[in-house]
This record gives sequence, structure tokens and C-alpha cells, in this order.
Amino acid sequence: MSSIKAKNFDLISLMLVISLIFIGLINIYSVSYSDANSIENFFSKQLIFVIFSFSICLILILLDINFYFKYASIIYIILLLSLILVLIFGKEINGAKSWFNFIGFSLQPSEIMKPVTALAIAKYLSNIHSDIKNLKIQFYSFIIILAPISLILLQPDPGTALIFLSFYLVLHIVGLPSLYLNIFVSISILFISTIVIGMNMMLIIIGCVFSIMFLYMIYKKIKKNKLIYLSFFSVISVLISTLIFESIFEQRHRDRINVVLGIEKDLSGIGYNTNQSKLAFNSGGFFGQGFLKGTQTKGDFIPEQHSDYIFATIGEEWGFFGSLVVISLFIILLLRMSERTAKQTNLFYKIFSYSAIAIIFFHFTINISMVIGIFPTVGIPLPFISYGGSSLLSFMILFAGYLKIDSQKKSKW
Amino acid sequence: MRDKLLQLLIISVGLLVIVKLFSLQVLNNSFSLINNNASVQKIYEFPERGYIYDRNKKLVVSNDFSYDLLVVPKDVNQADSIIISKDFNIDLKIFRKRFLEAKRFSNVKASILLSNISKHEYAPIQEKLWKHSGFFIQKKSKRTYNASTAANLLGYISEVNKFEIEKNSYYEIGEMIGRQGLEKTYENKLRGIKGVKFFQKDKFNRIIGSFKNGSFDTLPNASKDLTITIDLDLQQYGDSLMLNKRGSIVAIEPKSGEILALVNSPSYDLNSLVDKNRSLNYKKLESDSVGKPLFERGLQGQYSPGSTFKIINALIGLQENIINNKTLHKCEGGHFYAKNAFMRCHTKEATFSDLNNAIYTSCNTYFAKTYKGIIENYESSSVGLDKWNDYVKSFGFGNYLGYDHPNGKPGFIPTSKYYNRWYNNSWRAVTTISNSIGQGEILTTPVQLANFAATIANRGWYITPHFVKEIENDSINDDFKRKNTTLVEPQHFEPIIKGMVDVIDIGTATNSKINDIKIAGKTGTAENFVRIGGIRKQLTDHSIFIGFAPADDPKIAICVFIENGYWGSRWAAPISSLMIEKYIKKEINRKWLEKYILDGDLSSEYLKPYLTTNFTINE
Repeated sequence: MSSIKAKNFDLISLMLVISLIFIGLINIYSVSYSDANSIENFFSKQLIFVIFSFSICLILILLDINFYFKYASIIYIILLLSLILVLIFGKEINGAKSWFNFIGFSLQPSEIMKPVTALAIAKYLSNIHSDIKNLKIQFYSFIIILAPISLILLQPDPGTALIFLSFYLVLHIVGLPSLYLNIFVSISILFISTIVIGMNMMLIIIGCVFSIMFLYMIYKKIKKNKLIYLSFFSVISVLISTLIFESIFEQRHRDRINVVLGIEKDLSGIGYNTNQSKLAFNSGGFFGQGFLKGTQTKGDFIPEQHSDYIFATIGEEWGFFGSLVVISLFIILLLRMSERTAKQTNLFYKIFSYSAIAIIFFHFTINISMVIGIFPTVGIPLPFISYGGSSLLSFMILFAGYLKIDSQKKSKW
Repeated sequence: MRDKLLQLLIISVGLLVIVKLFSLQVLNNSFSLINNNASVQKIYEFPERGYIYDRNKKLVVSNDFSYDLLVVPKDVNQADSIIISKDFNIDLKIFRKRFLEAKRFSNVKASILLSNISKHEYAPIQEKLWKHSGFFIQKKSKRTYNASTAANLLGYISEVNKFEIEKNSYYEIGEMIGRQGLEKTYENKLRGIKGVKFFQKDKFNRIIGSFKNGSFDTLPNASKDLTITIDLDLQQYGDSLMLNKRGSIVAIEPKSGEILALVNSPSYDLNSLVDKNRSLNYKKLESDSVGKPLFERGLQGQYSPGSTFKIINALIGLQENIINNKTLHKCEGGHFYAKNAFMRCHTKEATFSDLNNAIYTSCNTYFAKTYKGIIENYESSSVGLDKWNDYVKSFGFGNYLGYDHPNGKPGFIPTSKYYNRWYNNSWRAVTTISNSIGQGEILTTPVQLANFAATIANRGWYITPHFVKEIENDSINDDFKRKNTTLVEPQHFEPIIKGMVDVIDIGTATNSKINDIKIAGKTGTAENFVRIGGIRKQLTDHSIFIGFAPADDPKIAICVFIENGYWGSRWAAPISSLMIEKYIKKEINRKWLEKYILDGDLSSEYLKPYLTTNFTINE
């Protein structure tokens, strides 16, 4: 049962992931090429991370799957504790206390928390008594997700916290009532609209729309209870959105959102990253400037070019063609993984696999959108490609988990 | 069902991202991105500014080069200072001091170590430049004026200001622009178009190569040399004649409208406006409210034309059939035009003047009666005056002439509307009788008067006066080739010209006669006033002369205007005749007259308004 059956092993997905890692290494090399010191730092370190992650994954794969099922809760709690400890003993980098510092290397527990939370939620919901339609079960599921989110927000690392929302997608797929999604989507729409057109205008529009609907319903003699709830909900959403945007968000967050929504155009200040990154894509054209020849890349204008903004380097040096290859690799990988997971009958397996897919998918979506300027600047890496040991390890564990589970699906367990 | 949701999401995100990337990378290859691009540096290549030649191809304005030696301290091997200072011929102490200053300013940015190195000094430095890293040479160009003349005419160049940068996107901070005179009018031709090269920079501002393989680079477009209509010799001779006098000389070649000389006095040396003392010197010129050297009198000075204006009234009188050359008017030593209003005249009392006589004696009465006749020839004074106005304006008066110089004033020729407002609709010809002798409301500029002289010389037409003769590989404005015809028919000019010849032969300007050149001319003496502490005070009259020569085949038409020079024949006429002699014969035979003019000094006249005591005029 614990052995990997060669016949069921998803070799293609593994090849796709290895290609992505390889692409990542090439581009990290290119970014650090102009500076001898950073080659040593970024490229060779990443090479070490790759070897290290593969070794860890090999060990994890070889362990019996029952081990994970059994100790899921304990591992989850240990990691939660580590998230608390990092707030006390952690090293502050870029304004967030997210790092443990070991001899020479740093580790980000919030990254490891991703597969662990996947494990925990998979175990909790695969319990025969856990019916997702049950309000209490829903509540506890949310707690499992919200606990790490809150701790990560304290660091503060809103980017990583945002990724944990991918579990919501998993919950939805395995049967969470649509009401939650509807509420979530409506709030998002109301939030964005409020920022774009302002609170007063929004309240006027809501007032008008609901008044008309209200009058129509009186005329048609339809029950109005739901409408009243809905209008209350909308008004409160708008007010809370404004409150959050104006009081809870810091200026830099507001600025980033404003830049993406096109409210502000400050190409040298707040919008600098996005603008420089867009210029890199533009400079790439269709076939790109060529390996090691990217002018924006060589100019080193884009901050975090080796990590969060590495896709800009790909876009410049390999052009639209190169970007297309990378995106296709991701899409094929994600589709293949989700298609194989859909056939999975075991709920524990299914939830974990979906979590892995959702996390990778969220990372991919948010990172690429940010780099090409259609999403606010959020510091999260591009899976398998961006420089960074903790994140690579985290993605590799998620992927290894998928590989192991996938090879099990024909078994009766 | 919900299993498919994830796949649907993955596909839609993939498509969305691909579409956005396609638009960003393939469709939107726009130039505008360069401008916001911190990583692209533009380096301009400026074509050398065009030269200016006079009509005889004498070089008037050219460029001079000097070189600066710049240093980037971080790249310099300081152990070599002794060799460096020797190679570059700098005193070791000075070198060390300046190097330290440069280093203090910036270790990585270039500072000037030696400035204004001449071509001569440059060669040995350039030979040794390769030996030392961290040094480079920057070429600088500045305008040089080979003749210290025609300052306001030529104009100068200086750095563009914020307003000009906003107005014209071509210019950037630190670039030069023609700011006055012909440098301004022909800025685009003289300037050429700068070329631009785009370079890729890294975040330390170092250039790491050309941007997009130079696909956006442009080559500079060469500037064009300008040949102007000015005769440099004549212009400079005019300068010498105008020494210690204020006023202007405008000389025009009648058949082409080419301005041969535009002398303004007092003037200044343009070479004082090129180097680092530029702004200080300019302030000095600007604040000289007495001499007003920046005021181009020939183009901007609006004065009463005085008796020179009688000619136009005679011409209109002939055209309108009010007078013919036989018409006699009795002169009573002046002209009563209203009760207790008497226009004095310097001709003898109770003589009869015909047109010829009236011109060369400049009889006020004759022209007053002629003018009155013109105005009263119509059903009302208004119609008559406007008809008269049309005639006068057809000679180029009362409006900008349209020459190629940014300075100018329209002058003023009154219309019936003007008098209606002023006199509340109750006025007659005699109310405006001053118009007959060029006093009163009429204002003309010297260039308009010179153009008037050219028009008479041409017997009824003129070409808009201009300063451009030729633009290298380009053509000049067609307006400067077209004839403008006056409303007075050609045959009416002959009797007038005969009278004007007699002005020199037997009339008011006999002192200005040249034996073998027949000059036609007319003197003028214009009353003028100044306000001192709110009190209107009359100053010595302006001395005016317009004329052309030779009368039968005119080569030069001229207007000389000497502020407060008194009689037209005292200064303006002799100066005109010297200018004519200089232009036609290239040398002056009448040395006595030349000496009289060169020694002439009106400085005391110009001090009068500033005296606290009373002064007498017209001595």
C-alpha cells in the first residue's frame, strides 16, 4: 500500500514540474549573471534548495501514508506553535517577522504551513462524521484555515495569508453550500466598486437599485424579506469596505490597489515595480531579447527580480513565446492534476490533492497577474520558478503529496 | 459538477493571462514607453548651428569651439597625479585642488577639471587622453560675432526657459534657442534637428548598451546657413556715422525689398552675450532706460513722420485730382485752420507755391490745403478721411509690414472711427489738419518710412522689406518676392520725384548734394514731447530724412531718423547722403561732411530731459 506503483505514477506531471524548476534555474542564473556575487548567492543557493527539496520529498514519499493520516493533527498543531514562535524569535526581513534563522539558511514556517493545513483539513473533512453541509463542521473547517491566516497576518505577511484563501476553493469543490461563495463574490464586487467610485456614489446607486426593485415587488406583490436582507447586506458591505480601506489598510496597500484599478498613475513611485515589469515584457516582444540579453533584466531595474518578479525576466529574455511556454506548462500541469484528482474516490486523498492544486493555482494566478500589472503588488512567489528555499520546499511537499496519493488511487484503501 | 469548476477556472485564468501578455508583448510595441522608462537614457547629437553671411558672403555670425576636460574621480589612478598634471599641462597644486573639489561633488559623476580649452591647447591634451582613465573631453560650441554690429537685428541665443520647453516639446533643459532677431525668426533653419540615441542604463545609471539595438535612434538633421540682405560694410559705416547720436538708419534696395542696413544707435556688442557674463551684461543692457540699446528704433520706434509725410498727401492729392503740378496755393506765411489756430510756415509770406516748389521748400500751407481738399472731396469728412486712410495704408503704413524680424510696431494712421470717438462725431478736415504735415496722431516707424521711400523709387509698388536673402538648400518666403501695389497710379510719382530731387538741388537739403549721384529726398522735422514729472515738455525736434538714389534708377532707398537732431537737413539728410555715397561709390569723397557727422555729438541734447533746470530746445 505504501509503495509507489510504477504503472500509476504520474511521470508526465513530474516531468512538467522538473521543466518548471529548470526554467527557474536558468532565469535565476540570468538575473544574477551581471553580478558575480549574486550568481553565487542566488543561482547556487537555489541549486542547493532544489537538491534539498527533492531529497526531503523522496523521504516523505517513502513514508507510509497512514503516518500522515495518523499524525496530521499533531503536525498541524506543531506548525501552529512554530507560527507563534516566529512572531517572538523570528528574524524580520522586509518588515515581516516570518523567518527562522538557522546556520546560514532561513526557513519560513508559513510556507510549510500550507501542506500541513492541507493535511489537517483533509483529515478533518474525510472523517465519516464530518458532513460539510453541517454548520458546526463548516465552522471548525473555517477555524482550521483561519488560525494560520490570523497568525500569518500578525507577521504581517498578507500575501501568504491571501494564499490560504485557496482552501476555500477546495471546500467549495467538496460541497460547501454556494451561499458562502455568493457572499464572498458579492463582497468582493462591492469592495472593488466602492474603492473605484467612492462610498457616497455606491450608496446612492444601491439606494436607487433597491428602491426600484422594492417598488416593483410591491407592485407585483412579491415577498420582500430577502430583498430587505440583501439591501442591508449591501449597505453594510459598502460601509465596512470603506472602513477597511481607509482605516485598516496602510497607505502602501491603498496605493497598490489604486494603481491596479487605474485610480492613480505614479510611474516612478508606487507604480514603479509594475511599470518597470511591464516595460520588461514590452522590451521582450515576441521572441525576446535572448538569454542573458534582457536589457531591463541586466539593468536590474525590477526589484525582487529573482524571486517574485522572475516572470518579468522570462518575458523579456524569452519574449511572448517564452511566457506562453511557461503558462502552458502550468496550465497543463494543473489541468492534469485536477483531472486525475477528480477521479479520486478517497475523500482524504481528494481534499489534500485539491488543496495542493488550489495552492499552486492561487500562487500562479496572483503572481502572474501582479507581474503583468492586473493585480496589486503582493509579495508571493511563482511556484517552482521563483528563487526561495522555503517556498520551493513547500511546493515540492504539496506536489510530492499529490504524486504519492495519485499513485494510490487504484488501491482499495 | 464542482470538480469541473476548478478546471474551468484554470483555463480561464490561463487565457486571460495569455491575452494580456499578447497585448503587452506583441501588440503594444509603443515608443511612448521609452519616455517613462527609467532605464533608457537619451543622448542627443546637436548639429552645428548655421552660419550667417551678409549679402556679399562676408561671414557675420559663426561658431567657435572650446573644450572642457572632465574627470570622473573614481576612475582616476591618483598615484599618477604628477604625470597627469604634466600631460594635461596643469599645475600640480591646481590639479590636486580641483580633483579634490570634483571628488567632493561626486565620485562617480563627471566634473569639469579644465574649462574653455582652446583648439590650440586641445590637441596636446587629446594626444595623451588615452593614457589616463577617468578623463574625457566635452566639446562646447558658442556663437561668435565677427562684426560688432546689428545686435538687435541678428539677435542672440540662450538657454531655453521653462515656458519655451512647455510650449515646444522639441526643447529640453540646457538647450539653446534663438531668442531675438533673426536668430529667433530662423531658429528652425539655423538650429537643424538634433539626433537622438537611446541607451540602456542599469540601476546605477551606467550605460550598458544601446536600447533595442538603436531602432528608435534618429540622425541629426543638418542646420542651414543663412545669407542676409545686410551689406556689412554699409551697416558698419552707418554705425560709425551714428556714434553719439540716437536714432536709426534703414536702407532698402527698392527693386527687391532687401534691407541693406538697419542701424540702431546706441547699440552693443553681441559678443558680450555669449560667455559666462551673459546674464550680467544683459541686465545692464536691459536696465539702460536712457539709451535703450535693446530697443530697435528702426523697427519699434513709432514717431511722427513730420514733413516727410507731405509727400504722401501730395501723391493722394494728385490721384484724387485735388491738385496737379500746376496748382498754385498762396502761402500767407502759414495757414489759418481755425479761429486763433495758425500753422506756421517757414516759406516767405504772400508767395505762390506750385507743387514742385511746395515740396522743395516744404510749404506747410500747400499741403494743408491739399489735405483739406482730399478730405472735403467726399460727401462727409468721415468718408473722405477713410478714403485717405486707404491710400496711406496701401503704402505700408499703419500696420506691421510683415518683415522677418520678431520686433516691430504697427504705427498709427487715424480712421474716422478714431476721430468720431475722440471728437464725439463733430469734426471737420481742419480738425485733423496736422495729418497733412505728418504731425498729430500719425505714427510711423523708420522702416515704414524707408519702405515709403522705396515705394516712391519704384513709382508705386514695394516688396515687403526683409532680411533674408538666401537659406541654404531652402527657399525664402514667397511674400518677399511679391509686389505690393499702392492705390496711387505710377504717373503721379514723376512730379513728386522731381520735387524731391529739387529738395537736394535747391531745396531744404542742399548740404547733402553729391555731385554725380542724383538723390531724391525729403527732409522732415518732427515735434516731440516728453512727460517729465507729469508735465508735458517739448524736446528738440527729431531730424528726419527719406530719400533714394540715383533718382532715375534707384539702387538704395533710405530713411534716417535722428532723435532730437532738430532740422532734417542738420543730421538726417547728410547722414543719408553719406550712406548713399558709401553704398553706390564704395568710398566717400566729401571728407568734410563725413568729419562733421563723425564728430557730431548729441549727448548733451539727450541729457536735457534729465536736467532739473529749464532747458531750451531747437537751438
